[in-house]
Amino acid sequence: MAETPALLAVDTLQAWYGESHILHGVTFDVRAGEVVTLLGRNGVGKTTTLKSIMGMVDQRSGSVRLDGRETIRLSSDAIARAGIAICPEERGIFASLDVRENLLLPPQVRPGGLDLDRIFALFPNLRERLSSQGTKLSGGEQQMLAIARILRTGARLLLLDEPTEGLAPVIIQQIGRTIGALKAQGFTILLVEQNFQFAATIADRYYVMEHGRIVDQLSNAELKTNMGKLHDYLGV
Amino acid sequence: MFEIFGIPSQALFGQLLIGLINGSFYALLSLGLAVIFGMLNIINFAHGAQYMMGAFAAYLLLQYLGLNYWVALIIVPVLIGATGIVVERLFLQYVRKLDHVYGLILTFGLALMIEGFFRNYFGSSGEPYQVPNLLLGGQNLGFMYLPTYRAWVIVFSAIVCFATWFAIERTRLGSYLRAATENPALVRAFGINVPRMVMLTYGFGVALAALAGVMAAPIYNVSPQMGSDIIIVVFAVVVIGGMGSILGAILTGFALGIIEGLTKVFFPEASNTVIFVIMAIVLLVRPAGLFGRTA
Ligand SMILES: Nc1ncnc2c1ncn2[C@@H]1O[C@H](COP(=O)(O)OP(=O)(O)OP(=O)(O)O)[C@@H](O)[C@H]1O
Ligand SMILES: [Mg+2]
Repeated sequence: MAETPALLAVDTLQAWYGESHILHGVTFDVRAGEVVTLLGRNGVGKTTTLKSIMGMVDQRSGSVRLDGRETIRLSSDAIARAGIAICPEERGIFASLDVRENLLLPPQVRPGGLDLDRIFALFPNLRERLSSQGTKLSGGEQQMLAIARILRTGARLLLLDEPTEGLAPVIIQQIGRTIGALKAQGFTILLVEQNFQFAATIADRYYVMEHGRIVDQLSNAELKTNMGKLHDYLGV
Repeated sequence: MFEIFGIPSQALFGQLLIGLINGSFYALLSLGLAVIFGMLNIINFAHGAQYMMGAFAAYLLLQYLGLNYWVALIIVPVLIGATGIVVERLFLQYVRKLDHVYGLILTFGLALMIEGFFRNYFGSSGEPYQVPNLLLGGQNLGFMYLPTYRAWVIVFSAIVCFATWFAIERTRLGSYLRAATENPALVRAFGINVPRMVMLTYGFGVALAALAGVMAAPIYNVSPQMGSDIIIVVFAVVVIGGMGSILGAILTGFALGIIEGLTKVFFPEASNTVIFVIMAIVLLVRPAGLFGRTA
């Protein structure tokens, strides 16, 4: 298969929180324009993988290349400026900031981010709530805000950690459409999901994690024939 | 001349004025402490010493370089703020990730060293500092006499406090600071250089203390222990207002200065303890302070 070069290439990535060794050599890649999903049970290290890519763990080793450039020794602010942005699992909406301030918080790191009009076209609810306190929004609105604010920055690679967690089905659908729209606009997305049904509607490829390692990978086409295996991995 | 509750107006308003003056310094100093605590998680016990350094810097600049009050008002905060940045780089950046106790002990030790150093070179008697010419004299308002310099201190410190509040609560840069207070790791992962911001915040807090020191020089004697005299009260103010609340620090500072002044009129025996009594009551009723958020 003639492949576009990887936008993100992760190689034998290890990570620690203090003394706890969490990632034991994670290897995978994400090509430009793809939506790739990390699947796995609770506690296998999906969030830690995203945080390690972003430089947000205590210690890491191995290799994380963005567009060929090694970032393993960079601090997380430098990684952000290289063009990666994260939407964390706990959403990270700031209580002491109103919605507008939350939205405008991440600085533009490179040209080509979405302007506010296009962001409000994706998330119409946010426009009416601009002067509310960030954490006064509903869970769904907070999730939209957490995604919206990283679209302005010009980062081309988005790390989304369980964006559907705890949300109502209509909201999940809206988030699914949004991710589709972002892909159409050329964003590359690395998604962590437990909601496998949801992931199946938007992802190009899947990696399965267990105990701090990637143990399997699948393309969307292989999904149907591997359902049984996946259910075993995920324990559903 | 007239009387209120049997107290001559001159005495009442005179004490009110002294209260407001003290309150101006309480507000400036507790504001700096609150800014530093919010961002660095450090209880800056060196704050009083840094205030004293500000006053001494103004005195020395005048004595040896002939630089007047107005020049000192600008360059002393920059100079002393820079020493704060050195302290942050050398020590605090490592200590602030540990338990509060470490930062407290480190800055307390620093305060003792600074104070000892100044006492060694300047003795403990104190040096006078002249009120700048422009602000000499005063106004008779009928019910009281208002020295111009004191009016200036009250107005200027209110302006500085308001400007700081505005910068933190209403500007883009302030939103970075507030966000980094909540979740520094995430703010950093958005591409903001949080360690540099922390360093500059400490420098700014120290600069505020030094500014207060310059303003205090013409009112109190410039002496090595002027910092430790005031800082105990300021810590009580911070406890009452609530650690980490900007507005709380400012309002509590002014309010307690006034309460202290009024106590001097109506119940002089209690004037030295009233703030600590209030602190004890607040701690019992609202342990997080009047403006504090419970964690
Ligand atoms: N800050 C931390 N300090 C120490 N250990 C941590 C920390 N965060 C996570 N861990 C541990 O690291 C392991 C992997 O956690 P991680 O959050 O990456 O899992 P996950 O796959 O995202 O799980 P979930 O699906 O529940 O979100 C878990 O055993 C967890 O307890
Ligand atoms: Mg997780």
